[in-house]
Amino acid sequence: MSELKLMKGNEAFAEAVIRSGADAYFGYPITPQSEVLEYLMGEKPWERTGMVVLQAESEVAAINMCYGGASAGRRVVTSSSSPGISLKMEGISYMAGAELPLLILNVTRGGPGLGTIQPSQSDYFQATKGGGHGDYQLLVLAPSSVQEMADFAKLGFELAFKYRNPVMLLSDGIIGQMMEKVELFEQESRWTHEEVVKMSPWATTGKTPDRERNIITSLELDSGKQEIHNQKLQGKYQKMREEEVRFEQFSCEDAEYLIVAFGSAARICQKAVDIGRASGIKVGLLRPITLFPFPSKPIKDLAEKVKGILTVEMNAGQMIEDVRLAVNGSVKVEHYGRMGGIIPSPDEVVVALKKQIIGG
Amino acid sequence: MAQNISLEEFVKPENLVYKKTDLLTQKALSYCPGCGHGTAHRLIMEVIEELDAQANTIGVAPVGCSVLAYEFMNIDMLQAAHGRAPALATALKRIMPEKFIFTYQGDGDLAAIGTAETIHACNRGEHFTIIFINNGIYGMTGGQMAPTTLPGMRSSTSPYGREVSIMGNPLKITELVAQLPGTYFVSRQSVHTPANVRKAKKAIRKAFDYQALNKGVSFVEIVSNCNSGWKMTPVKANKWMEENMFPYYPLGDIKDEGVIVSKQ
Repeated sequence: MSELKLMKGNEAFAEAVIRSGADAYFGYPITPQSEVLEYLMGEKPWERTGMVVLQAESEVAAINMCYGGASAGRRVVTSSSSPGISLKMEGISYMAGAELPLLILNVTRGGPGLGTIQPSQSDYFQATKGGGHGDYQLLVLAPSSVQEMADFAKLGFELAFKYRNPVMLLSDGIIGQMMEKVELFEQESRWTHEEVVKMSPWATTGKTPDRERNIITSLELDSGKQEIHNQKLQGKYQKMREEEVRFEQFSCEDAEYLIVAFGSAARICQKAVDIGRASGIKVGLLRPITLFPFPSKPIKDLAEKVKGILTVEMNAGQMIEDVRLAVNGSVKVEHYGRMGGIIPSPDEVVVALKKQIIGG
Repeated sequence: MAQNISLEEFVKPENLVYKKTDLLTQKALSYCPGCGHGTAHRLIMEVIEELDAQANTIGVAPVGCSVLAYEFMNIDMLQAAHGRAPALATALKRIMPEKFIFTYQGDGDLAAIGTAETIHACNRGEHFTIIFINNGIYGMTGGQMAPTTLPGMRSSTSPYGREVSIMGNPLKITELVAQLPGTYFVSRQSVHTPANVRKAKKAIRKAFDYQALNKGVSFVEIVSNCNSGWKMTPVKANKWMEENMFPYYPLGDIKDEGVIVSKQ
């Protein structure tokens, strides 16, 4: 039975992970996402569903535990925040190379370095352009509410197994920490060993006489074979571009100006659109839900109708590059952002729109 | 008289005195002639065969000379990032507690870049087996200094010999993990003589038997030569190993049934 609760984003994610039938969580504490591990340890899912929860000795160990668990064809998940995600990047690259499903929650904070524990969106590039070494892509979902922190956990698992690829939820300190009403979906059962063997015949579940041995590796010393593997991966990313683009539009029908923003910045911009509309500015908002694949086509289509586009990000201007690529110079695209953990107000956004786009 | 037996006669099944286990693939080993890796691979696979555990064993290969161990071992295997094998094994065992899980790691992998994963998996008392090949050198990358390179020993990054005042001391990580409450069996062996091969196999068998008891990590170090990296003939390398490696890394059980048994 679904259930209505008031929860923090991090807690909603953790509860949704259990309810999705996850097999294991491996993590390491870091602000502002520690509630995920705290909630799981308090909830004892090993008693509820048999799910494994382990606090690893480091983010590096945690991601490699995920590599081990995912190799067994199981639903594994980890969470961290920006500096911790940087540490996990090696393992994420290996998992992308070895084609392993994984759900990663990144509750971002400001950087570079230790930076700040306050919210930021300054890891857009890291999340959407690979992040670790090698030609690979994560499928990136950007929740903008506590509800989506729960819903995207389940969706993330589905997509991770559909593509045998790591999926990242690029959240931030606002969404992780804020409390909202959330409708929790019903508990799904964990896969049995037999189900895993049937659904994921590639998994290292033990070599039985009826099949060849399964090997999970990202290593290929033969350049010809490695290129074929790279082409296969690229084909997968292309399929994601064709099938998995998700976005949301607000007040775009008659819009003369467009704001593009994701995650918590999009929540702020929804209010900015209301304020702008109240003062007679016909402004709309497009919120990319998938950051990779990026909703280039809908942005390009809207660009043909509007006079200018403002991207609003809590960073120095990262997603703006994808917006500019999408519109390919057909319309003016400017960035407004705050950094260092400062959250822009809706009024600031309206002022920026007037100054940089309407009056500019 | 053997010389009167035709080849056809000679290869008859009833004349068979030794057969490579089917748990080793037909792929030719990529190791240098004289290296201990091949023997170590064979012993592990023989033990798994004796336990009839092919379907119930998952191995984790490291980065290093044995990075391609999965090409030779006829079981389900994972290839880990450098040093991370114990983290992979931790998840595998916790998710599939009914399986035998082992890691196969060299000295650079286990005792340098993967020290944290090694120590913490041992300290948590994970129920898997670690096979640790210590040849005191980075073989695959061309003979660089390892955490276990002996004082004064030459390598490509200690060309005048390891000077401990500059390069630090060799790490006796096996003695170190034996001190942790999470290890149940810790042993150091070698595979350079038939007698030592038999002892090493006994230790590996014991490690797997103990794994089934769920009492913590079973850890077997195999001190091995690296004749290529040491720039010696295999025979000379084994002799050098006996004279130099064994005094620093003495053979025998260090911990058994959770109790330190070594008098070192």
